[in-house]
Amino acid sequence: MRRGLRSALGIASAAALIALAGCTTDPSVEPADEGDGAQEEAPAEEWFDQELYDQQLKQREVDPEGPEDKPYLQMINPKMGDTSEFKSDGGKKMCFANASISNPWRQTGWITMNEQLKELKKDGVITEMETRDAQDNDDTQIADIDYFIAEGNCDGFIISPNSTAAITPAVERACKTDKPVIVFDRGVETDCAVSFIHPIGGFAWGIDTSQFLIDNLSKGDKVVALRILPGVDVLEQRWAAADKLFGEAGIEVVDYFTEGDPAEIKKVVSDELAKGDVQGIWMDAGDGAVSAIEAFEDAGKDYPVMTGEDELSFLRKWKDTEMTALAPVYTNFQWRTPLLAAEKIFQGEEVPTEWVLPQSPITAEDLDEYLDRNKGMPDGHYAKFGGEDMAGYPQVWQDRVIP
Amino acid sequence: MIPRTPETRLGDGGLRRLIERAVDPRGAVVVLLVVILIAIVVLNPSFAEPGALMRFIQRVSPVVIVAIGQYFVIVSGEFDLSMGAVVTAQVMTAGHLIGEDDSKTVPVLIIMLVIGVVVGIVNGLATTLLKVPSFIVTLGTMLVIHGAVMWWTGGAATGNPAESFRQLGRGGIEGIPILGLLPYAVLILVAVIVFAVWISRRPFGRTVVAIGDNAEAVTFAGANVWRTKTLAFVLSSLAATVAGVLLAGYAGVHPSVGQGYEFTAITAVVLGGVVLGGGRGTVLGALIGAFTLESLFTLLNFTSVPATMRDAIQGAIIIAAVAYSGVAFAKKRRRPATSATTSPTNEQTDPSTTSAGTSSPIQLTGGDEAERK
Repeated sequence: MRRGLRSALGIASAAALIALAGCTTDPSVEPADEGDGAQEEAPAEEWFDQELYDQQLKQREVDPEGPEDKPYLQMINPKMGDTSEFKSDGGKKMCFANASISNPWRQTGWITMNEQLKELKKDGVITEMETRDAQDNDDTQIADIDYFIAEGNCDGFIISPNSTAAITPAVERACKTDKPVIVFDRGVETDCAVSFIHPIGGFAWGIDTSQFLIDNLSKGDKVVALRILPGVDVLEQRWAAADKLFGEAGIEVVDYFTEGDPAEIKKVVSDELAKGDVQGIWMDAGDGAVSAIEAFEDAGKDYPVMTGEDELSFLRKWKDTEMTALAPVYTNFQWRTPLLAAEKIFQGEEVPTEWVLPQSPITAEDLDEYLDRNKGMPDGHYAKFGGEDMAGYPQVWQDRVIP
Repeated sequence: MIPRTPETRLGDGGLRRLIERAVDPRGAVVVLLVVILIAIVVLNPSFAEPGALMRFIQRVSPVVIVAIGQYFVIVSGEFDLSMGAVVTAQVMTAGHLIGEDDSKTVPVLIIMLVIGVVVGIVNGLATTLLKVPSFIVTLGTMLVIHGAVMWWTGGAATGNPAESFRQLGRGGIEGIPILGLLPYAVLILVAVIVFAVWISRRPFGRTVVAIGDNAEAVTFAGANVWRTKTLAFVLSSLAATVAGVLLAGYAGVHPSVGQGYEFTAITAVVLGGVVLGGGRGTVLGALIGAFTLESLFTLLNFTSVPATMRDAIQGAIIIAAVAYSGVAFAKKRRRPATSATTSPTNEQTDPSTTSAGTSSPIQLTGGDEAERK
């Protein structure tokens, strides 16, 4: 009998756990009545960096320098660095330590990068590139970089870090070889690289998207935020900025982690629609956007105001439904820039030490243009891939054969 | 469902029986399900409307079907870890091969069924004839299938299949009184349940359970162990195929669809009172387990628990539920030992079970002396 009691207690406490969890978080989900609506306990706070936020907020407004028709060579507020020490003749071999090609965004970029390599080979500066794929694993990537340093016979390194802190020492070791190191996409905690290439950043994404929703919704409206995973800085910064602005505007927002799984997204959105009306959908990455929209269709509700990403599946659904939407961009054409930067470096041309590429969302006005440019591309393709002027366009991206 | 313990036979009233039933682990999971459903309805009254309920069953059906498939494998004493990968493979196959061409729906469906059968046969034969533990075999097939799909598709979806194909998972018969829409997925689920219950009452179903209990004895009794187990694996990967068809319709095509389904299914099956290691359990148990698990996920969506905490709470509740059944059964097993005269009645055929005629306690350890006496 006592055992039965004890186990019954176990169940009861588990139930209490849910109930408690429900209670404690309720206030933060409800629109805050007190004061200016600032939430006293925002989980996104630890990722919030006011300085970086302000910087990215401003960079969004800056007209980038560089050739108009080549966005992958444009730069925002560049501080040029001297590269004359690396100037040398002859064909060069680049070594590329890639974090992974495990998502459609990285795959699109990887295809574009290979096309860029083909073009550069013709010029005779970059004649070879050896690539190692770390498959989303820090240890693998550290080993890859050390392999390149020891026996890669490399003239220069391109590193797309898997994570910030873990890869830093390996990048520093690569720098010590006195060969040029180019880092792109995610950053590292050292500025020893000749150039760090990246789009404006996560806060800019969060500001663009939440501002769009706030402009199109009114106070007290509800937004469901669909997030991929916790703890990844590029994603957390998007959310940190959006969460802050939603809070200030009095928009009620509830967030979920879905890993981009459309089945999970549809469940979450259906449940939210069963609870009450949802006026907005915010995503920290566009994978699975279509199933969120279909949840509204199946529930017979009006389309939400929505921000997805420049993945074609979303753009096409947006066009079909004529909903109010915005496609923020995590600049995919940045995959072209590292090889072009390497060529400049070997020719002794200056490159920015921090090469900030433009990152402007696709709006309703641009939508038709981008759909037209990407006609025939598969749904997983990213509209701002930036390869329209290359020889393989459009066939290579339409076939989408991963090199 | 009522265990014929001395107290109930003394016949002292409905209340005592009701309590007994609730304390019994098989009853407990039903109680848990009811509690969760009530909590959902309290938080969100519109959930109880027939239309909403149908939508709920529609979206739960892939998990339930996978759990039922997993039941046949687990009850035979094996594991099928490849189910999630099969679901993913089928979803991606549908997306890639059907595309926007309606006329390909039927041929591709046939290809998918063939893939399902082949995977099941490979799993089954490697486990039985090659004597590789199923945990390893299906782990291997999981990786092989997943790798092959990633290689073939580049790990990204080309797009959703034609709308006619997606109707199976997304659409339904419209204009039904009260319900509004009767999703096809619900009809398919009912068909799967009926089939599973039927086959588990056939000699096959009883042999599967007996093999899980004691394969050697079954061999001596003249049954064909390898054929029965292989059939169980085929049923399981066919279940994953059906789930894949429904999911491709319900959610769309994406390489992450189906990920983790094998563990969801195993959790559901265990929650429903099927013993890991085989020999005990019912189709209906697996069914209730799957519904309980999915209702729990839904409840968490309704309670606005912080996103980061949900997994932890899920885990805590699952451990609590399974631990409860374990403890309660340990106690129940001791009881007949003290009064030997009542123990034979404990073993009588329980009308609600659909398998080998024994009740289905959750026994996480091998000790089932009371049953075998």
